[in-house]
Amino acid sequence: MADVLTVDRLTVSLPPGSDRPYAVEDVSYSVAPGEIVCVVGESGSGKSVSAFTVMGLLPREVKAVGGSIRLEGEELLGAPETRYRELRGSRMAMIFQEPMTALNPVKTIGEQIEETLKVHTQMNQSERRARVLETIGQVNLPDPDQIVRAYPHQLSGGQRQRAMIAGALALDPALLIADEPTTALDVTTQAQILKLIAELRERKGTGVLFITHDFGVVAEIAHRVVVMQKGKVVEQGLANDVLTRPQHPYTQMLIGAVPSLEPAQRASLDGAPIVLHTKNLRKVYSSGGLFQKKRVVEAAKDVSIDIRRGETVGIVGESGSGKSTVARCVARLIDPTSGEIAIDGADYAKLPERKLRDHRRRMQIVFQDPYRSLNPRRTVADSMIEASVNFGASAEQAMKRAGELLDLVHLPRQSLDRYPHQFSGGQRQRICIARALMPQPEVLIADEAVSALDVSVQAQVLRLFDEIREKFSLALLFITHDLRVAAQICDRIVVMQKGAVVEQGVTREIFANPQHAYTKALFAAAPGKHIGNKVVT
Amino acid sequence: MFGYVLRRLVSTIPVMLIVAVFVFLMLRVGPHDPAAIIAGDNANADQIAQIRQQLGLDKPLLTQLFVWLSAILHGDFGESFFFKKKVVSLIADRIEPTLALAICTSILAVVIAVPLGVVAAMRRGSMVDRLVMGFSVLGFSVPVFVIGYVLIYIFAIKFPILPVQGYSRIADGFEPFIRSIILPSLTLAVVYVALIARMTRTSVLEVLGEDYIRTAYARGLTPLQVLVRHALPNAAVPIVTVIGLGVALLIGGVVVTESVFAIPGIGRLTVDAVLARDFPTIQAIILLFSFIYVMINLIIDVSYTLLDPRIRY
Repeated sequence: MADVLTVDRLTVSLPPGSDRPYAVEDVSYSVAPGEIVCVVGESGSGKSVSAFTVMGLLPREVKAVGGSIRLEGEELLGAPETRYRELRGSRMAMIFQEPMTALNPVKTIGEQIEETLKVHTQMNQSERRARVLETIGQVNLPDPDQIVRAYPHQLSGGQRQRAMIAGALALDPALLIADEPTTALDVTTQAQILKLIAELRERKGTGVLFITHDFGVVAEIAHRVVVMQKGKVVEQGLANDVLTRPQHPYTQMLIGAVPSLEPAQRASLDGAPIVLHTKNLRKVYSSGGLFQKKRVVEAAKDVSIDIRRGETVGIVGESGSGKSTVARCVARLIDPTSGEIAIDGADYAKLPERKLRDHRRRMQIVFQDPYRSLNPRRTVADSMIEASVNFGASAEQAMKRAGELLDLVHLPRQSLDRYPHQFSGGQRQRICIARALMPQPEVLIADEAVSALDVSVQAQVLRLFDEIREKFSLALLFITHDLRVAAQICDRIVVMQKGAVVEQGVTREIFANPQHAYTKALFAAAPGKHIGNKVVT
Repeated sequence: MFGYVLRRLVSTIPVMLIVAVFVFLMLRVGPHDPAAIIAGDNANADQIAQIRQQLGLDKPLLTQLFVWLSAILHGDFGESFFFKKKVVSLIADRIEPTLALAICTSILAVVIAVPLGVVAAMRRGSMVDRLVMGFSVLGFSVPVFVIGYVLIYIFAIKFPILPVQGYSRIADGFEPFIRSIILPSLTLAVVYVALIARMTRTSVLEVLGEDYIRTAYARGLTPLQVLVRHALPNAAVPIVTVIGLGVALLIGGVVVTESVFAIPGIGRLTVDAVLARDFPTIQAIILLFSFIYVMINLIIDVSYTLLDPRIRY
């Protein structure tokens, strides 16, 4: 059968002054009907640009300058904008990473799905309504009559992505472009969405161009794989071939960097003293007041965790599990409702802010997004020495230590005079780690600290966390949603669901033999289980 | 929702009470003696004291306050010292020109400013954008009375197509009314056009960068459809906020504009009352203005729920 999509020697130029002349260079791939082709690469690889070029949705400054794109045999490059508009939504459709922001918050789900039908067909209102209900049913959303009238914020993340898919498939397009459609979703939801996409393409014969950075997802869903690096295709082939026998060194490196789901062997720390201790930690959010109905959310209930000197304890769970709430309570960025939090036996759970000051030095935190956790108007040195100077060190002492810590996180000392925007994401996260180490903390909290990083960078930062934990005998509290990351770095893990700890223990034991149903479900949902294991079967 | 509006209406009472007490005390504490002004330059101390007694200004402050507040509760805002008329009827006589001016100005400002802001946002960095932004700076910086006199010079003197000054009541015919209100409204509108156009531009620009705009394009919509169906409804909340604030702040501009165009409205009345130290009239006008202000804020807050389904009270 003829291909749905053929991209042939496509070249897309970047505006002058960018870090390279072409976003995409000489790229060729194709998608057959009913086939799922995954385009894989790290950030900046051009994988999304090539997809947006197909849709004709590039920003004005970025232009396709060579090659050809054929949709069902029809050449798209050079086609007038009116033709593009006819094809978008009818013959080719697209779904995006963040279903919350990709849906208009002030329009109902029904209105947004119906809009495609309004634009492209002559259907009357009742025909359109019937079609909307039908597509909502096809993506397995419960109670279509209610979903039609719901606004995006009233649905869960998974339901929103299902609604997006319903809208995209309303007119049975030949090609569906999915741009990281499961990256923002929880792992169990991700598994359901992947299954849905696979089912729908089988039933409708839709060709799917699936953009992702996640080799687990590739292993789960792809027929064929296209690997991109810096705008060029370095390797493509059948999924099984590429995953098991990668030819290009870059592909080998990428697959090698995926953390294994098999926990690393780690020395026992049973004899070490307990540094961080929480007992029956509880955090309740309540809203409403005098006149309104009171709403109470128990974000953390009865969380009791111990971390020994030199030990890494991971809290794993999905969004809303309360893992970040616990981290924020431990750092006293928010006030716990009740319970104990102690470092070296000194309970600071209830201390008022002015008495808390001395404790703040002992617990430091590294956040998820290194782009937003450094003040863009301060140099690295300013950001780093602030805490030390605040705790009484002289500026010279602090600068000396900042220099030493930069060595430790493998950044040149000249970095001190630079601003955050001059660094890459991985480098910024190293700066954040160095900054957290400045006041010589005993407890380091990493809140999803590697989640925003590319897989190859992620591996390096994980290694760095392990190095500093060992060097300073830190108690490391590692919050993550990613079981692979947890497997590699945690001595023990705590599994949380809806604010409660459902299971905790030594990482290897829990991975080998999970007890709680929720833990089992998490493991079952992890995509591409054998990827990254050292012995590929 | 109904409960929310009810609670907001009830909470107006203490707000108004605080305003009333505050205004009352401010006027009494100041170095103004209405009796001396009414008595004229040649009056002696006895005559002034007699007038003070007639006006009730010789009584203790708290007694005066209590008398005034209890009269208000019975719907009586007192008698003007200066005009010798009931304050309520005084304001009723003057309210039409001011309301007409405020409404025309608001409509004019919104009708001009929102499209300007939208076009500037859609054509960011273009000539149109720079013109709109340049006009906006000008509109902010030139005082209302200067704009007024410039417009009078152009449209009433150089090209005499509109009346120079004065106001024609709606009851006396719609056309003369419109002709008399155009220049004052335009004058007063300039600063709001500047404000609202800027806000609209910023708000629309922000929304145009959102993911759901990309989704809308991916559905095959034209740029105009994307703007009308997706961008504007989302950009509306900040725009409505600034329009509401603008309408509330119009009151200040009304005073100047009515003076420039000799319109017998509340603005003129305010100036006259202040110059004559006419306490009852000043008090009533300020109460009226603050009531309007509170109500406009309530309307803005309620309108949010219509514009954005995520906002619920």
